[in-house]
Amino acid sequence: MGRYVARRLLQMIPVFIGSTFLIFSMMFALPGDPVKALFGEQHIDPVQVAQIKQNLGLDQPFMVQYWDYLTGLFQGDFGTQIASQRPVADVIADAFPVTVRLALFSFVFLVAVGIPLGVIAGLRPNTVTDRTLLFVALLLVSVPSFVLGYFAQYVFAFQLGWTEPNVQDSTNYGQLLLPAIVLAALSLAYVTRLTRTSVAENLRADYVRTAIAKGLPRHRVIGVHLVRNSMIPVVTFLGVEIGTLMAGAVVTEGVFNVQGVGRTVFQALIRREGSTVVGIVTLLVLVYLAASLIVDLLYAVLDPRIRYA
Amino acid sequence: MRGAKSAKWVAGAIVVALTATACGGGDGGDSTTGGQPEGYISVDVGEPQKPLIPANTNEQLGSYVIQAVFTNLAEFDKQGNMVMAHAESIEPSNGNKTWTIKIKPDWKFHNGETVTAKSYVDAWNWYANIENNQQNSFWFEGIEGYEDVHPSKEGAKPTSDKMSGLKVVDDNTFTVELTEGIPYWNYKLGYYTFAALPKAFYKDPKAFGQKPIGNGPYKFEKWDHNKLIKVSAYKDYKGPNKAKNKGILFKNYTTLEAAYQDLLSGNLDLIRQVGPKDLPKLNSDLGDRAINEPYAAVQSIVPTFYNKELKDIDPKVIQGISMAIDRKTITEKTLQGSRVPAEGFAPKSVKGGQSLDTDVFTYNPKKAKQLIKEGGGLPGGKMWIQYNADGGHKEWVTAVCNSINNATDIKCVADAKPDFQTALDARDNNKVKSFYRGGWVADYPLNVNFMHDLYGSTAEANDGQFRDKEIDALFKKGDHAKTLEESIKAYQEAEKALVEKMPAIPLWYYAANGGHSKNVDNVELDFRGDFIMTDITVK
Repeated sequence: MGRYVARRLLQMIPVFIGSTFLIFSMMFALPGDPVKALFGEQHIDPVQVAQIKQNLGLDQPFMVQYWDYLTGLFQGDFGTQIASQRPVADVIADAFPVTVRLALFSFVFLVAVGIPLGVIAGLRPNTVTDRTLLFVALLLVSVPSFVLGYFAQYVFAFQLGWTEPNVQDSTNYGQLLLPAIVLAALSLAYVTRLTRTSVAENLRADYVRTAIAKGLPRHRVIGVHLVRNSMIPVVTFLGVEIGTLMAGAVVTEGVFNVQGVGRTVFQALIRREGSTVVGIVTLLVLVYLAASLIVDLLYAVLDPRIRYA
Repeated sequence: MRGAKSAKWVAGAIVVALTATACGGGDGGDSTTGGQPEGYISVDVGEPQKPLIPANTNEQLGSYVIQAVFTNLAEFDKQGNMVMAHAESIEPSNGNKTWTIKIKPDWKFHNGETVTAKSYVDAWNWYANIENNQQNSFWFEGIEGYEDVHPSKEGAKPTSDKMSGLKVVDDNTFTVELTEGIPYWNYKLGYYTFAALPKAFYKDPKAFGQKPIGNGPYKFEKWDHNKLIKVSAYKDYKGPNKAKNKGILFKNYTTLEAAYQDLLSGNLDLIRQVGPKDLPKLNSDLGDRAINEPYAAVQSIVPTFYNKELKDIDPKVIQGISMAIDRKTITEKTLQGSRVPAEGFAPKSVKGGQSLDTDVFTYNPKKAKQLIKEGGGLPGGKMWIQYNADGGHKEWVTAVCNSINNATDIKCVADAKPDFQTALDARDNNKVKSFYRGGWVADYPLNVNFMHDLYGSTAEANDGQFRDKEIDALFKKGDHAKTLEESIKAYQEAEKALVEKMPAIPLWYYAANGGHSKNVDNVELDFRGDFIMTDITVK
């Protein structure tokens, strides 16, 4: 098992290099000149543009630029932003904690609400409870997140006055609650549906019948035998979801004024801040990789038949 | 207990993976709260893109902070007149070639250092030097010796670090020698790019860019990246625009909509621009706290004369296209009153702005058709308007095209580029199909700025490559006039001539659509459409 984990971690290195190369070349291929854009809709001084490019090494051919970036990266240097002249590492350090907090918060919400709802529906398939939950889930899936966001803002902040409409302070979990729930709402439906189907199916499995026949108490049958075995598809989904929650929150971040990764990468892309985009996206790739490793390991915990060597 | 053992490994893997990805839930350690100190005002200004050095800032976000922290030699009033700020006097002599600048004595930078003539001269030399990579370095062009610090050949090294045209006379006087007399040169001094710098700057420009020290009405307090910038009123400020509030919080919001929500809930005092979603209800939401005011900036569509269809086009055809655009309806309906129809190349609000005696900017489909016919029509009969899709231009470009399609036989198509960079790229490489969207915000409130820098044969921003000897001669006449008044007059003549040449089709002038909260009072805008922060009072 230890060897397996080590091997998987080592495998991340080529993926890391490959993904930086891919993203770097994509950024390079995009039309548009970040240095020229600094001048905006005003006078542009071509000599000054050339000088700035030379200073930043942007006049070099692609492979040289990539090599410089990579060697810098291995010395812990993520590069410098073109416009703000701040180290990209600082920019990442500003945005990541905010996003991690928001993503984990909505992830906890997802697990704590989605799985129990799925189990409830799955234990009584095709009853009124099941159908009501299905209806709510479908409703949440079909509403775009900005509609849900503005609606939540309107109801909870302006009508009821329970909370601030925007996140003023990203360390305040009370303010993060609304965006976290909105962010989780979409995936909530998937988690609930997946859990429900899996539970409903396993309800008829042999080992559940055996457990009941052994005379085990109901909570043990459900808790240990049924739910644990039904978690495999759900865990697979949740593993991917943690990455999506981090990277894909651009819209929700915009509605609730969360200065997170999604916004940062979006803005960097618009401004052609190559090193910022490569840095953040690479980190997100690593988050995905780490999440999928955890998911694979969780399989072994959930299902005794799966082993790694 | 295989399960438990595996679980241990899972936990181990999580720890390793999370630390490897450098996101171990580390806390930013920020303690910014929503509350704002008593007597402060807050305004929605996004995170400045660049370090806060006067000559390196040209966007609205950073310029707000720069203008709070620094006071220029001169400022402009609402009518576009120049008023002295830090300067006692700015006097031309020798046919507008030599300018003598006297500053008010004993002003202090916020670190206690006295502001002298040398503080200006040294700063200007530094700004202009090509090696310091300042975006606004070209503003010093025209000063004797600029070529030495900022060679015009790519890759050339500067031969000096001082411009020979700048001379310190005494502590409070310096002179500027220009390569040729420009009657309106003093107007440039109202731009913050000409701000003085303290000695501390040269020790560490990088650190200064994060925490600038100026001579202005506000002292810089802190920059909490992506969240806010805080400045406090400077007690010993001697200038005419002493702050009437205790300080400012420049807050950064992810979207205009989010900022507007905060304005409504009282967490924000001032908002400069609301998003399209909130524009229709701005007036009903805020009542007399809503602000709708035009400012000195123009939106045009610019023909690219390097295309073979437009190369030898009769200006009458462009006049015809201009008359086929229903500016009034588009600004009212599509743009919801957020723009003011253009009546000329320079807005009337700037000095020298005039009413042109022409109907070229008025909707008249019949005459439009006739003019296009007289001018021989548009070769190919098809035109494109290039715009960047990331700036909210799609709606009006479509409306303008529809208007042209309906009024004439020309087929107008919107040509979207994904973002500003890509659009700029096409402009630079002469790849625009026929027309592009051009915006221009005044650098100084003078009609000159809306013509000289856009349509002169050698003007850098002349991406349409409009070349006309007659117009160049008229501009030259204005640049060589003896007095500012004569110069403005000459440019007014040039504007009349431009109507006959049509280097661009002006569409409308920008307007600020914002508002303020119940907590503040005396909210006014300057010619650039920025809030005059120092005058705002807290109730």
